[in-house]
Amino acid sequence: MQLEARIPGGQLSEKWDRHRFELKLVNPANKRKYDIIVVGTGLAGGSASAALAELGYTVKTFCIQDSPRRAHSIAAQGGINAAKNYTNEGDSIWRLFYDTIKGGDFRAREANVYRLAQISNNIIDHCVAQGIPFARDYGGLLANRSFGGSQVSRTFYARGQTGQQLLLGAYGAMMRQVAAGQITMYPRREMLDLVVINGKARGIVVRNLVTGEIETHAAHAIVLCTGGYGNLFFLSTNAMSSNVSAAFRAYKKGAGFANPCFSQIHPTCIPVHGTYQSKLTLMSESLRNDGRVWVPKTPGDKRPPHQIPESERDYYLERKYPSFGNLVPRDVASRNAKSLCDSGKGVGDTGLAVYLDLSDSIRRDGKDIIEKKYGNLIQMYEKITADDPYETPMMIYPAVHYTMGGLWVDYNLMSTIDGFFVLGEANFSDHGANRLGASALMQGLADGYFIIPYTIGGYLAGTPFEEVNTSHQAFKEATQAVKTRIENLLSINGKRTVDDFHRELGLIMWDYCGMSRNDQGLIKARGMIQELRAEFWENVVVPGSSEDFNQSLERAGRVADFIEFGELMIIDALARKESCGGHFNEAYQTEDNEALRDDENFSHVAVWEFAEADKEPVLHKEELIFQNVELTHRSYK
Amino acid sequence: MTRTINLTLKIWRQKGPEFKGKFETYNVRNISTDMSFLEMIDIINEQLTLDGKDPIVFDHDCREGICGTCGAMVNGRAHGPEKGTTLCQLHMRHFSEGDTIVIEPWRSRAFPVIKDLVVDRSALDQIIQAGGYISVNTGGAPDANTLPVPQEIAEKAMDAAACIGCGACVAACPNAAAMLFTGAKVSQLALLPQGKPEAAKRALCMVRKMDELHFGNCTNEKECEVECPKEISIVNIARLNREFMKAGFFSTVP
Ligand SMILES: Cc1cc2nc3c(=O)[nH]c(=O)nc-3n(C[C@H](O)[C@H](O)[C@H](O)COP(=O)(O)OP(=O)(O)OC[C@H]3O[C@@H](n4cnc5c(N)ncnc54)[C@H](O)[C@@H]3O)c2cc1C
Ligand code: FES
Repeated sequence: MQLEARIPGGQLSEKWDRHRFELKLVNPANKRKYDIIVVGTGLAGGSASAALAELGYTVKTFCIQDSPRRAHSIAAQGGINAAKNYTNEGDSIWRLFYDTIKGGDFRAREANVYRLAQISNNIIDHCVAQGIPFARDYGGLLANRSFGGSQVSRTFYARGQTGQQLLLGAYGAMMRQVAAGQITMYPRREMLDLVVINGKARGIVVRNLVTGEIETHAAHAIVLCTGGYGNLFFLSTNAMSSNVSAAFRAYKKGAGFANPCFSQIHPTCIPVHGTYQSKLTLMSESLRNDGRVWVPKTPGDKRPPHQIPESERDYYLERKYPSFGNLVPRDVASRNAKSLCDSGKGVGDTGLAVYLDLSDSIRRDGKDIIEKKYGNLIQMYEKITADDPYETPMMIYPAVHYTMGGLWVDYNLMSTIDGFFVLGEANFSDHGANRLGASALMQGLADGYFIIPYTIGGYLAGTPFEEVNTSHQAFKEATQAVKTRIENLLSINGKRTVDDFHRELGLIMWDYCGMSRNDQGLIKARGMIQELRAEFWENVVVPGSSEDFNQSLERAGRVADFIEFGELMIIDALARKESCGGHFNEAYQTEDNEALRDDENFSHVAVWEFAEADKEPVLHKEELIFQNVELTHRSYK
Repeated sequence: MTRTINLTLKIWRQKGPEFKGKFETYNVRNISTDMSFLEMIDIINEQLTLDGKDPIVFDHDCREGICGTCGAMVNGRAHGPEKGTTLCQLHMRHFSEGDTIVIEPWRSRAFPVIKDLVVDRSALDQIIQAGGYISVNTGGAPDANTLPVPQEIAEKAMDAAACIGCGACVAACPNAAAMLFTGAKVSQLALLPQGKPEAAKRALCMVRKMDELHFGNCTNEKECEVECPKEISIVNIARLNREFMKAGFFSTVP
């Protein structure tokens, strides 16, 4: 496996311009002759499909849901960053770049992150032109708010429904191209394999989730936008169908998987309340703008919050991090919540929660203002918990939320397989070891609207293609493999349900490969997962048939991949002998319990290459070279 | 305050579009009142699976009321009895010990049943394809602050844009009209200055598409507004009608 990052030369600020100039172009009249498959219709896939179709390419787009508008991006609440400096606080492309690379604990590629910051402004312009109803100030100009890890307000938002509005914008743009005949939409399809012919990605195998039919589709390039793998933990803030399967099957076909152990635990989620629970709900981090986080000073203090006087409350983030206060980055906020709860100061029935208290802001600004900013979040909280956050502080606890790891891509967003591009949360690119709030939406749309339209052209124009259609042997073999696997799953007929396995996997990963990790635990967890995997293939029960709408079968395939992939996460976590961002190995910490990086030995992207089944995957390293920023210790004091 | 309750559920089971469906009765015990409605169905499905029976197929994804994937008629009400709530956000604390709950799919000509509680809502995508967007290509937009939008207008546009496209309005309407869904999109875009150039054409094309897809006519029953989980107001239907009238008079669309 060759890791060629293809970072253009020149000054950081000129690289992208220069690269766009140097990339070969496809003649406009020839674009329609190229078929492009886009898998996924979240912000990354939706924007990529629309932008490629607008250029004239022939696009086929696939998604699991019944409509592209329902992709998981719809659930993003808080906002999207851009370096507009509309607030006159001194923001700039450089500052957004710097905050993002520092927030990621210096484990991302400089050139990519800089390009992201550059493009951030174009995204806002484009989305406003699409009619996205962003929040506005009284004068009619766009409003901003702050997010963790930054000292300027640069986050654009549409109430607590920013992801929904941005996604509906991309969806509208897609629908326009469907009507124009440029995009053919295939909803309720699940990609189950990638077809590689003579070293190039040339097609996919999908299952029609309604009829169960296995279909094949050929193209000149494949753009994978299938989102993150946080659902591996069973309980997460991700949508129920979020999965690693498409990315993992591509990994097995030769795409390198980068930094799988970098997962993000979000500090502000509604705590777990019962064993039947199916998912966790995020309370947007934007609430930390106006909410103060606290626990009682005395362990075991079970008084209701309003009976605990000010002097007996510990506003621990404000105390420990005076300059960032409640707005420290997510990894820092999450670990602090965990360690306080571990020391007995947690609140609520389970003791696994801290307070997020809006009362000071309500007193200062009035309930109306707070309602306008967070009304739908507060309502959501109330529905789930039956508590009213206007009256009593919310209870929150960290939960799995996002995965920085993903398929490795070069500067063009192409994986280690030619013609196989990976966008959005599914790639590893811009967030290093920790993602800052409001930057995933930015990255998804940057990748889809503003990067892939250029870089895919460079690939297509510079590549000779042989005629390939779905009757090629490689398609037949891939189809057969997919069918065999499905029949295997259906024939086991054991005694444990898919969800039961999934829940156990989630617990193992949360306990040993979650917010904090140590080698001993990781080694133990690896053994547990191997056992779980063996049991799964002997004892799972998947009802129904393959030629039907079979949701149990869908989940079985995904959970089988999650189990295998969980082991890869652990292998990666064990190999990274340092702490950075979301990967906190207890053996490597500072005196104040902050993550202790080892830049000398681990300033690299860890890229895993699949070796045959049951062989150890092979580690490749992309060294990260920092020429523009100084590697400092992240400090948010 | 966690309690548990016992319930009788009558759930619509239908093998496929070509099959006849019927209600099956399930008795469920010890349902925690903190559980969501869909978590209760998960529990039934786990049991059905272990008993070697076919689990109930139902659509769902985000489970936090935003993707618009879930939805069913619960005791004759779209998304159940709570106001402003999707099925996935409905908690069992709103039911009582011994209740019988009838659960069936959306019923509408335009939404054929696929299996059990799942229906085909692709007609809604087709309405959007007819014009539910602003025709801008990527790349040419001016600076976002070039065009101020009065806060009040932006807020109204956002109220309309909050639609999640679940189809409850259609299911609740005695005429199976899609006016609230269509009105919400037309309003959002007609309110904003960016959407004005195409407003007339948009309204005309989307309404025509609605008719073509066998959605019914609006006779002002207002059921849609009552059942909408996002509380989208029927003011949007009035706006749609206005845009449509304008289009009729002034449009150059053939
Ligand atoms: C609750 C929540 C709130 C968030 N809030 C914010 C925020 O405020 N700001 C921010 O910047 N980020 C936020 N994020 C993160 C952000 O929403 C996601 O990282 C981002 O939306 C991912 O977009 P995507 O396009 O990469 O993938 P997704 O939106 O996850 O889309 C994945 C797509 O791939 C399809 N797909 C998946 N697997 C397959 C398969 N095997 N075959 C076919 N299709 C498949 C799916 O159907 C879907 O269409 C939030 C995340 C969550 C969970
Ligand atoms: S599952 Fe998304 S709205 Fe109910």
